[in-house]
Amino acid sequence: MSTQASRSAARLMLSPAVLILLVWMIVPLVLTLWFSFQRYNLLTPDRSGFIGFANYAEFVTSPAFWLAILNTLLLVLGVLVITVVGGILIALLIDQPLWGQGIVRILVISPFFIMPPVAALIWKNMFFNPSNGLFAEAAKAIGMRPFDFLGQAPLASIILIVAWQWLPFATLILLTALQSLDSERLEAAEMDGANAWNRFRFIMVPHLARAITVVVLIQTIFLLGILVEILVTTNGGPGNQSTTLTYLVYQEAILSSDVGAAAAGGVVAVILANIVAVFLMRAIGNNLDS
Amino acid sequence: MGQITLSGVTKRFGETEVIPPLDLNIEDGEFVVFVGPSGCGKSTLLRLIAGLEDTTAGHISIDGKDATGLPPAKRGLAMVFQSYALYPHMTVRKNIAFPLRMAGMAKDEQDRRVEAAAKVLNLTSYLDRRPGQLSGGQRQRVAIGRAIVREPAAFLFDEPLSNLDAALRVGMRLEISELHERLKTTMIYVTHDQVEAMTMADKIVVLNAGRIEQVGSPLELYRTPRNLFVAGFIGSPRMNLISGPEAARFDAHTIGIRPEHIGVHPTLGDWRGVVGVSEHLGSDTFFHVHETGLAESLTVRAGGEVPIRHGDTVFLTPDASKIHRFDQNGLRL
Repeated sequence: MSTQASRSAARLMLSPAVLILLVWMIVPLVLTLWFSFQRYNLLTPDRSGFIGFANYAEFVTSPAFWLAILNTLLLVLGVLVITVVGGILIALLIDQPLWGQGIVRILVISPFFIMPPVAALIWKNMFFNPSNGLFAEAAKAIGMRPFDFLGQAPLASIILIVAWQWLPFATLILLTALQSLDSERLEAAEMDGANAWNRFRFIMVPHLARAITVVVLIQTIFLLGILVEILVTTNGGPGNQSTTLTYLVYQEAILSSDVGAAAAGGVVAVILANIVAVFLMRAIGNNLDS
Repeated sequence: MGQITLSGVTKRFGETEVIPPLDLNIEDGEFVVFVGPSGCGKSTLLRLIAGLEDTTAGHISIDGKDATGLPPAKRGLAMVFQSYALYPHMTVRKNIAFPLRMAGMAKDEQDRRVEAAAKVLNLTSYLDRRPGQLSGGQRQRVAIGRAIVREPAAFLFDEPLSNLDAALRVGMRLEISELHERLKTTMIYVTHDQVEAMTMADKIVVLNAGRIEQVGSPLELYRTPRNLFVAGFIGSPRMNLISGPEAARFDAHTIGIRPEHIGVHPTLGDWRGVVGVSEHLGSDTFFHVHETGLAESLTVRAGGEVPIRHGDTVFLTPDASKIHRFDQNGLRL
């Protein structure tokens, strides 16, 4: 990439991808913005036109709004904590030379291959069901009252399902990072008198910092948009206890057929995502520079 | 103190015996070099002493106390690794202080020792940099600094210079020898480079396939190699080995003569040959002489400016007092 010709060739070859991405991202965003200022309800198609910020006012003042923002942040944070901590522990475990390592690794990765609605339904019916789920049976076997997970702790249950789905991703990234750690560095620390905890704390964790950053950033992008797991398990309930911002937008768009309010919600979600992104990049983004 | 004794130390990885039972005594304050071709087990032996590998059998004692089962940190040894193994996220100061911090030493005592080590190694102006911002030689010095702050009983060096370029290597070789003179601490140094072994060691241990071939001072090994392996390994360029009728004339299976102990003359001498490639180093010239009927090629050292060209016929005369004789088992006669 040094001559004039190779630079312009690079620009030329990049341009289709850039153009497509631009159209792909900009057009929906602009349309969403446009709809968010329109009166546009599928049930009353004859009443349309510019209505200013009325859609925003309606969305923001809806009783579920602040709870939905809180739930969204709790969901993202909860899943991130579980997947990063759990991912590090599992990665440490399957990095050990053990019998059947290949099979264990495939088993660890397998949740990632299961489609989200399938995974959520399996959790809902096979594990969480308070009358014949496995957790209920286990509770009964040790003489305890079965716990109604989705009824009593809906958000925590959804966090558990989503964390289960994303754990393999975190584990995989962290495992490869762990394997790139020079074993001589660990041996040097051992010679220097560092015990297992100190080797983990002072050598492994700093080495994993960049991988953890990657996991957190990528997962946040996807976790802000979690919908299906909520849709097939709790439908945002009981009440609004497990309603997230995404689910609220879905409610407005599909259940109330109010495209205008849903678009306003979408814009709010984009703003929230950007605020989260700025905070994240401030907090951990410098780990990405070598 | 840093007196280390290995008795019957053995290492097996599964079925393969990397180090057959081996005895070795290292005196306090000695600079010992383990030298041998790659795969001879010299690094494994060092790691056994360090405690990074478990011995399969035998005992290691340090200063008279049995250390066979002790974890590495408890042996009082410090190691410098081939890759330096610095902690990239810590500054030089924190790297050097790390073993002291792990030992729970007071902060001001840590600082005092780090400053002292940095002064010895000319690192004072780099203390707040990270390893990534240092050159190879500086990183090497940080690794040594991390070793000396602990004031260990002995230093272990695992091919510490092999990642440096030739000029730096010569410089660091001198620095490590200088450090040994100053600290008078036992040092065990692993290398595959016989020049490093010859120039630095008080005692060289020549290893081959896990076995000790010979132990001795550099000049002992140079003058009286115990067998063909040591004869071929120590000395640069390699000793010329000749077998067959010419060796029988000296009542041996194989004779060896070093390049520096052969005289060259254009018309007179014992062996006649044709000059192939000649390597002019300025101070010396090495001729590769072919068609002598003795060996594929003989290497001869001559003075710096000898008017001999490729293709010339020359006559070679070995210094009879410097001929090494070996029997059919390769042992010195």
